Amino acid sequence: MNPEYRLYHPKWHRRKVPIFWWLRKWSYMKFILRELTSLAVVYAAVLLLLQVVAVSRGEEAYANFLAFLERPRVLAANILIILGLLFHAVTWFNLAPQALVLRLLGRRIPDRVVLLAHYLGWLAVSALIFGGLARL
Amino acid sequence: MKGRSIEPFFWSLFSSGGMLAALVLPALALALWVAIPLGWLQAPGHQHLVALIGHPVTRLCLFGLIALASFHWGHRFRFTLYDGLQLKHLFGLIATLCYGGATILTAVAAYVLWTF
Repeated sequence: MNPEYRLYHPKWHRRKVPIFWWLRKWSYMKFILRELTSLAVVYAAVLLLLQVVAVSRGEEAYANFLAFLERPRVLAANILIILGLLFHAVTWFNLAPQALVLRLLGRRIPDRVVLLAHYLGWLAVSALIFGGLARL
Repeated sequence: MKGRSIEPFFWSLFSSGGMLAALVLPALALALWVAIPLGWLQAPGHQHLVALIGHPVTRLCLFGLIALASFHWGHRFRFTLYDGLQLKHLFGLIATLCYGGATILTAVAAYVLWTF
């Protein structure tokens, strides 16, 4: 490779793109919002881990954690996070038929079947989680 | 980079983490962090949770969920920074921070769940 060539600096060939290019159009906005749902995912992972830590530290720490979750600001933040998680789930499942091309007896399984299977799976898992936690 | 690229490996972590997060997290978050605080669902007792998390299978599932969710974030957020903020020239630094952060979170989860 030519030592003069730098992978991410072909600036002389490129128009400058403004940092907030994605504010111009709703479809660009939606793309960035979808990408940002990864923050909601990692937040949920961290909060879940903190909840495990609280349980491991004893009854009092667990009670304190439950009280923390009841604070209005924490609750509001968590509702916002859940909206992010829902957006992640819906956009993820809607892309599944394009990512997953399945064939059966030489014919491609139609997109809506793949889509339906994902949503049914989501429903089943969600029902299991709610049912399981309600029984504890 | 010589030889085979490591990119497909990170992509597979991103992909399985995204699927797991989509299937599990909305319901889990809604139950634990909204329904229980609002009293729609009764909070599970401490002893029940200790017994549940004490089971190795539960801990393995929690570890898998947290680790894959972390790497899902690491991979996706890396490209969010490249594309959204036009930071392609910080390629190495951003990749290190994102995958490094995911690795640290995975290690912490392993420690917490192993010593539970």
